[in-house]
Amino acid sequence: MSSDLSLQKVSRHFGETRAVDDVSLDIRSGQFVGVIGRSGAGKSTMLRLINRLVDPTEGAILYEGRDITALKGKALREWRRDCAMIFQQFNLVERLDVLTNVLIGRLAEHGFVSSMAMRFSDEERAMAIQALDRLDLVPQALQRAGTLSGGQQQRVAIAKALVQQPKIMLADEPIASLDPANATLVMDGLKTINREDGITVLVNLHTLDTARAYCDRIIAMRQGRVFFDGTAAQLTDDVVRDIYGLEGLREFNEAVTSTSVHSSVLA
Amino acid sequence: MTMTAELAGANAQPSETISEFERDFAAQRRRSQRAWAIGTVLFLVIFALTSWLGDFFKITQVSMPDGSREWRWIIPAGIPRLGEYIEQTIPVLRWDSLGADLTNWFWRWKIWMNLLLETVLIAFMATVFGVVGGFLLSFPASRNLAPNKWVLWVTRRYLEIARTVPELVWALIFVFCFSVGPLAGVLAIGLHATGALGKLYSEVNENIDMRPLEGVKAAGGSWFDQIRYGAVPQVLPNILSYTLLRFEINVRASSIIGYVGAGGLGQEFRTAMSFQEYTDLSALFVIIFITVAIIDYGSEKLRHRVIGLEDRT
Repeated sequence: MSSDLSLQKVSRHFGETRAVDDVSLDIRSGQFVGVIGRSGAGKSTMLRLINRLVDPTEGAILYEGRDITALKGKALREWRRDCAMIFQQFNLVERLDVLTNVLIGRLAEHGFVSSMAMRFSDEERAMAIQALDRLDLVPQALQRAGTLSGGQQQRVAIAKALVQQPKIMLADEPIASLDPANATLVMDGLKTINREDGITVLVNLHTLDTARAYCDRIIAMRQGRVFFDGTAAQLTDDVVRDIYGLEGLREFNEAVTSTSVHSSVLA
Repeated sequence: MTMTAELAGANAQPSETISEFERDFAAQRRRSQRAWAIGTVLFLVIFALTSWLGDFFKITQVSMPDGSREWRWIIPAGIPRLGEYIEQTIPVLRWDSLGADLTNWFWRWKIWMNLLLETVLIAFMATVFGVVGGFLLSFPASRNLAPNKWVLWVTRRYLEIARTVPELVWALIFVFCFSVGPLAGVLAIGLHATGALGKLYSEVNENIDMRPLEGVKAAGGSWFDQIRYGAVPQVLPNILSYTLLRFEINVRASSIIGYVGAGGLGQEFRTAMSFQEYTDLSALFVIIFITVAIIDYGSEKLRHRVIGLEDRT
């Protein structure tokens, strides 16, 4: 199969810092890809580049052969719809109800008037409720998003991503603000969507064991560059030590890093 | 010696770090005392200068009760005249003929009630214009939301001009354009309110959480979608609160603006003064005072209810 999402020598500089430095990647449709690395390694910027929340300084990003870095206006909005984004802090509108938050995923299809009037069709509402049902959130549909727990809010964000009917789902540290039980729920949700809908998932993770448990493919970044690209089995302890560095591993919270890695470093 | 040194004296040897602190502390105190002294002198000089320029120390000729002219300081000479003026505006009210006296005091009440209604309606309509204009313009006038710096610059300058020119001056201009009447008053107060509210609203906008807007943008929302879904729900309670406050201010403004012919009760002040009907002035004052008090009370209740609703959810 050919690669569907392709980053070609993509760089992004913020002043002197090279947040993403000459990254080339090919990602096939339907893959579940985990991106790991220390904070500041450029994981987040890479996802933002794909969604075009950030523009690349150099290089091109292609989707099915089309250069998406050149998109503007309506075409750009449609591209953003096609690659739904999930954030660490959920980025929901806390003062709107859950249903409306999910319907925000439909805005790319709307004209000015219906969008300003918050007028959505019955089909769209049905679509939103089905998405909420998949994530067990229908009872909360009319509650204000701000009243939900963190785990529930992240699942609302996934439901919103679902109604975008995306081809790719980008998740930027989706479980970093959640407790382990909720983190599992959210990761399981992403996995189900990946399996059942065939949506490509690209997820930034802090935790190695989560990456190992869920991802078909793991990409490790260090100082803006791709440092490792392979399967979970190929991600040996030696590679992990190189990714995080010795002092980086010590900074790491023990609860976050898997204990096996930690002891192997000390040995 | 300072207290820390005495405390440290309990120990055999005051440590080096503590004595260093003492030196720094003394230096810091000297600096702040000097700054205060300079500030006080500057303030007194400027105050004396402005009061001199403002004729506070002027000596003027005053007529004495026996008809002779004397030189007096202007402030003690003028204060009794304030009492004279107020005394003239107070009507004669006697207990045994109270009803007749009150009718006499409010003798133009039919005209005044009509004008009062006009005053409140001017304020209402001007507030509507001000809210619509200020609300729409507050988003391009916010540093964090403006689509580009040109739009930011233009809307900010427009709002500044609209609110820097006082309502009375706008009223003079609009009376010239649209002749005497409430239309000029509505436009004048509405324009000034647009500028004032636009500024207040944009400050509210600049304090919002930007993450919801990013969420809308990442889902394919346009700039308008980001504002409508991400920003508006966050700012709505504050906007409502400022709007009610502005309505109160606009009632006060519309009650005076008739003085230059822009409709409402204000024109009666002019009539009363030119006909030397001084008791009318106190009657008008009573009417405006009661109206503003009622509106203040009502809008405060409403504002608190809105804030109360906020706290519950």
